[in-house]
Amino acid sequence: MSHAVHSPARPDVSTQTPALEVRGLGKTFHIGALFSSQAVRALHRVDLTIGRGEIVALVGESGSGKSTLARCVARLEKPSEGAILLDGVDVLKRDRFQASRKFRSQLQMVFQDPFGSLNPAHRIEHFLRRSLAIHGKGGTGQGSEEQTRQRLEELMTTVGLQADMLNSYPHELSGGQRQRVAIARALAVEPQVILADEPTSMLDVSVRIGVLNLMRKLRDEQGISMLYITHDLASARYLADRTAVMFAGEIVEEGESLDLLAHPAHPYTQLLVSAVPDPTRAGSYDPVHRATLRQAVMASTTCAFENDPDQRCSAEEPVRHQVGDPLNRHWVRCHLYRPGAGAGGHALATEPSTTVQ
Amino acid sequence: MTVSQTSFGSHEPVLDVKNLTVKYIGDTRSTTAVDNVSFSIGAGEVFGLAGESGCGKSTIANSIMRLLKDPADIAAGSISFGGKDVLAMSQDELRRFRWQDVAMVFQSAMNSLNPVLTIGEQMADIFTTHAGYSRKESLRRAAQLLELVRIDPARLKSYPHQLSGGMRQRAVIAMAVALKPSLLILDEPTTALDVVVQQEIMAQIKDLQRELGFSVLFITHDMSLMVELSHRMAVMYGGRIVETAKAHDIYTAPGHPYTQALMGAFPPLTGPRIPLTGLPEGVKFHNIPDLAEVAPGHFVAPFDADAEAAVLEGAAQ
Repeated sequence: MSHAVHSPARPDVSTQTPALEVRGLGKTFHIGALFSSQAVRALHRVDLTIGRGEIVALVGESGSGKSTLARCVARLEKPSEGAILLDGVDVLKRDRFQASRKFRSQLQMVFQDPFGSLNPAHRIEHFLRRSLAIHGKGGTGQGSEEQTRQRLEELMTTVGLQADMLNSYPHELSGGQRQRVAIARALAVEPQVILADEPTSMLDVSVRIGVLNLMRKLRDEQGISMLYITHDLASARYLADRTAVMFAGEIVEEGESLDLLAHPAHPYTQLLVSAVPDPTRAGSYDPVHRATLRQAVMASTTCAFENDPDQRCSAEEPVRHQVGDPLNRHWVRCHLYRPGAGAGGHALATEPSTTVQ
Repeated sequence: MTVSQTSFGSHEPVLDVKNLTVKYIGDTRSTTAVDNVSFSIGAGEVFGLAGESGCGKSTIANSIMRLLKDPADIAAGSISFGGKDVLAMSQDELRRFRWQDVAMVFQSAMNSLNPVLTIGEQMADIFTTHAGYSRKESLRRAAQLLELVRIDPARLKSYPHQLSGGMRQRAVIAMAVALKPSLLILDEPTTALDVVVQQEIMAQIKDLQRELGFSVLFITHDMSLMVELSHRMAVMYGGRIVETAKAHDIYTAPGHPYTQALMGAFPPLTGPRIPLTGLPEGVKFHNIPDLAEVAPGHFVAPFDADAEAAVLEGAAQ
């Protein structure tokens, strides 16, 4: 068995325009009656960068705003503030009212439910052929039918399905196969970025890994960047180069996946990591410590720095402190990790919201 | 049955399932959902049943509770609980058996609360109907129950929608243990919940189990969770048990290729990033033979070298 250890390829994002950059994204939902002024702040000042050929995982619990972020980036939801840069171009300015076809050909989504995202009345071929036709990727003029046919078969092979499944209906396929079709449909457009919103959570456990492996393969072979949204920390660690942790609409910590899960800095990340069942470290988590963490996270109205006039913890602007090896680009949004007063920022540095490398 | 000898606690099993076969009868063909399955659960033991959707684990739980309806049919086998034959019970006996002897928490149990009654009314109901207490006494006991799962008794006056998902699930678990059953069946009790809440509920179940001493039949597809919680476990595939042993033995030395695949489907949280495979698409096991003992207390169904090779080949890709 050739068990090569996956070494996270670190694409040098600092020198290139990132594939996708989210800057200060905010989304507020108004609730209640028509003239009610009540609002829910679903996203607040989210900054996220996905380099070319990079897989970034976004983890957090239900209600933390992961899916809202994905829907805003995919332009299914109109963000209240902020900018979304695709390939360095602000798409919110470029297409002001709705997503353009160009945007859709650059960014595609894979949804959670493969049973709901494929129309049961059509054969598999229809989904892929339509993607090709709409985005003009099927070839034109003489012999275009042959080209399309070839492309369809190629797509099926890429996602690990038999070409003769093109004639099947969705109900004839298993959940894993359907999710592969959904990925093939996204691929047909030849996108630069794929947003995958919990693509494996509805699948049977034994086929989940297969879909994750496929996503990794697409990244390795075609250099597609991905935002992988999940609540499963272990799969984020398995697939993603970098992991961002979301809590109450804000990204509270981000870093290289292995480093982040080995040395979680933010109390919320620590709580999440401590809650994942893992037989290899059974009983290694002190319940008292966990209770303190939970208290710190769930009743986070007080902060160690709240009444300290020298600190701006509850101030509006995001605060980022780098932790650990700078190579891992691991930062956390918590003043517990501010540089010590005497140690004038050697390893730790306060980062402004625009990324300084 | 030799399996019961490895039980924790007393040697007298609380639940003994022997050669259980359940069929879903169709017009033209019938499906065998559970095929000749035997296992037993000792007093105070947590027994895990792992497997994927459709492998028959919930059908087993429903057979134990005698909740199966047409077209399901228990074709063969026996289920005995504390020496009583569950399959021979009359409706009256079943009424007493359910909840008092065996209680069950369903997968989306938090949605099974009645939305138009307060939590207190629903909990007090258990005591007035099953134990015949007065209304006042029932409410007092309901408050105690809520305290047991660390919910403020003031919540007795709340309606289900006023509680969070985790609280509702805890309330349902409290209701399940209200009459001190000797066996608690948990069918995917935390699948719909977030990981932090899941951890809390599992810790709570462990505490309750230690306190009240009931046995648990724990059904889930999450192997990591199961290994952490269970004493012994069985892995099911296609209605058959393919492997059964102490949970830790299965974790350290899975014998059947399917168990190995299922274990391989959960990436670890520590150590290097190693490519995993899960079960390659298209690998199926047919005609799974009866279990054979490979190590003391560790039973594995004999399997084809071909099937194993296919799983391994998938792993090498």
